[in-house]
Amino acid sequence: MDKETQRVWDSLNRDTQERMAKARTIVGTGKVISVDKTVALLEAIIKPGDKVNLEGNNQKQADFLADCLCKVDKNKVYDLHMIQSVLSLPSHLDVFEKGIAKKVDFSFSGPQAGRLAQLISDKKIELGAIHTYLELFGRYFIDLVPKVALIVAFQADKEGNLYTGFNTEDTPVIVEATKFKQGIVVAQVNEIVDKLPRIDIPADWVDFVVKSPSPFYIEPLFTRDPALITDSQVLRAMMAIKGIYAEYGVQRLNHGVGFDTAAIELLLPTYGEELGLKGKICSYFSLNPHPTMIPAIESGWVKSIHSFGGELGMEDYVRARPDVFFVGPDGSMRSNRAYSQMAGHYSLDMFIGGTLQIDKYGNSSTATASRVAGFGGAPNMGCDAKGRRHSTEAWLKCGQEYGMSHELVGNLPRGKRLVVQLQETFREKLAPGFVEELDAWKLAKNANLDIPPVMIYGDDLTHVVTEEGIAYLHKCSSLVERTAAIRAVAGYTEVGMLAKPEDTAALRKKGIVKTPEDLGIDISRANRSLLAAKNIRELVTWSKGLYNPPAKFRNW
Amino acid sequence: MALQQLKFEFKVNNPIEFSHEWRHHGVVGSGDLEILMEKKDLGGAVQVQVVTPVVGFDKVWGMVLEKIVKENRLGNISIEINDNNATPIVVSMRLRQALAEAAKDVRKEV
Repeated sequence: MDKETQRVWDSLNRDTQERMAKARTIVGTGKVISVDKTVALLEAIIKPGDKVNLEGNNQKQADFLADCLCKVDKNKVYDLHMIQSVLSLPSHLDVFEKGIAKKVDFSFSGPQAGRLAQLISDKKIELGAIHTYLELFGRYFIDLVPKVALIVAFQADKEGNLYTGFNTEDTPVIVEATKFKQGIVVAQVNEIVDKLPRIDIPADWVDFVVKSPSPFYIEPLFTRDPALITDSQVLRAMMAIKGIYAEYGVQRLNHGVGFDTAAIELLLPTYGEELGLKGKICSYFSLNPHPTMIPAIESGWVKSIHSFGGELGMEDYVRARPDVFFVGPDGSMRSNRAYSQMAGHYSLDMFIGGTLQIDKYGNSSTATASRVAGFGGAPNMGCDAKGRRHSTEAWLKCGQEYGMSHELVGNLPRGKRLVVQLQETFREKLAPGFVEELDAWKLAKNANLDIPPVMIYGDDLTHVVTEEGIAYLHKCSSLVERTAAIRAVAGYTEVGMLAKPEDTAALRKKGIVKTPEDLGIDISRANRSLLAAKNIRELVTWSKGLYNPPAKFRNW
Repeated sequence: MALQQLKFEFKVNNPIEFSHEWRHHGVVGSGDLEILMEKKDLGGAVQVQVVTPVVGFDKVWGMVLEKIVKENRLGNISIEINDNNATPIVVSMRLRQALAEAAKDVRKEV
């Protein structure tokens, strides 16, 4: 009984208070600290072995705090366990090379993917796991709770309230996980103002604020210049619209980032209109504010878009279309990635996007032999959400057609998410889009991963669209049949060359494979003249001047 | 970038006579490839000459072309393709487009 009463129940908070007391001797009593004391502050509040969440989003980056973390004395701060969504800046890996951090759990590494693979292989980084965004956010509240979070916002006021605005992204989920387990939150901001447009993070969840020497780094990731869309992308877009969107009445969806989906977006007001599909497809999106969506929005196709993040140049356009986008009382968007990922996981009829490689079973991956890139949020949408219990027309139809359904759940009706991969059989430099074995296997070996990183597993993939045709894979009743269907549309790749003409003919008869001809598509019309906008400037015109493209996309 | 020249010949049963004396499709400079098709008495055969910078895809070129020739039952036609790094599928799409346009023009003329 005595032992029971002696137990300390607030050790986390006591530890934090000790660190805060140490910090106060360096930065004084205010929340707003100066740039030159930031490194010393980090040395005071971070202890060896801490779990540290450095805010690295898909787009905005806590770059100043990342640089400061690289400058701490590694005799004082070492063996850190970094937890962050995205490894995108050189500093995100420098911190490992310098011996300050040891272990990482993350989702996506983009430009640092090659270096990351090397560091893992050299045993300079201990890899926890590669996650999807939602999965990583989930672990923030279970076994990857950050002790210290280094975050980023547009503005702060003097009390320490934060405005994350248009690019809110991951900030709320990081701060909540950290602060409600008595952790410490440090924010870098572009400006300190008297009054914020809106409060996104309340001041009592924020311990320190520093105005960074320059505005945070942000990249326009979702802008695709229509001028670079090819005729073969137009063909696949026509096939997808007629053979999938129209066929299933797809109303709720997510488009992956890429030129294939940009082509679809730009075909809605032309080809889609011609097929009489307005109102019947594409009403609700979980989607970043793609500039290539502007013509479809302006033509009245879209009822609603909830966004994971922002996109440079789209701020004014989004603000002027509050019926479509989610904007706050101040008029600007708040893109909370956790909510958008949740929406994308549970509420969509379809995910459609591109990939690098598909194997003969339908497993698909963007991993290459020497790059540990991760997949961000795509797998959360590119899968059948097993917890889904509501039904929609498209979901039900896909479930009714599911060839394995009876084997798994007997006679019970159950729907299925449409998960579609748009794939050019050969990409640039003639790299094959279909392979007998994914490069992910080689990567797993090279970087000592437990499992080959797969973006979409074969049992979730329902459709593959190539220039050869659409394979309706979910209709197959065995793996053998599915492999034959994949070969049938894999063109002249090693996978496609093994297609047996008699198998392909049988699959066409069953409606499992459809060629452009089977779909009634006039291939001679597959050219760029079908695009509603043919370049960035035409997107600006469609937006009535509200879209303000970044300099690198202005070529007129 | 050295260009290489590939030559192919195909023959199918009961070929359909090509409807035009001469056709040209596509551009090689800013585009991906150009196709020239000429009606010629080749005893029913199809001759194809490909000029391409891509090395190591001879077999694939052969398969792409053979499939198109079979599908369309081409005969007595000489095809010249000047390729600027087009992928096999683009080659096949351009050929199909060229043939589809030729067929459309015939309908218009009728």
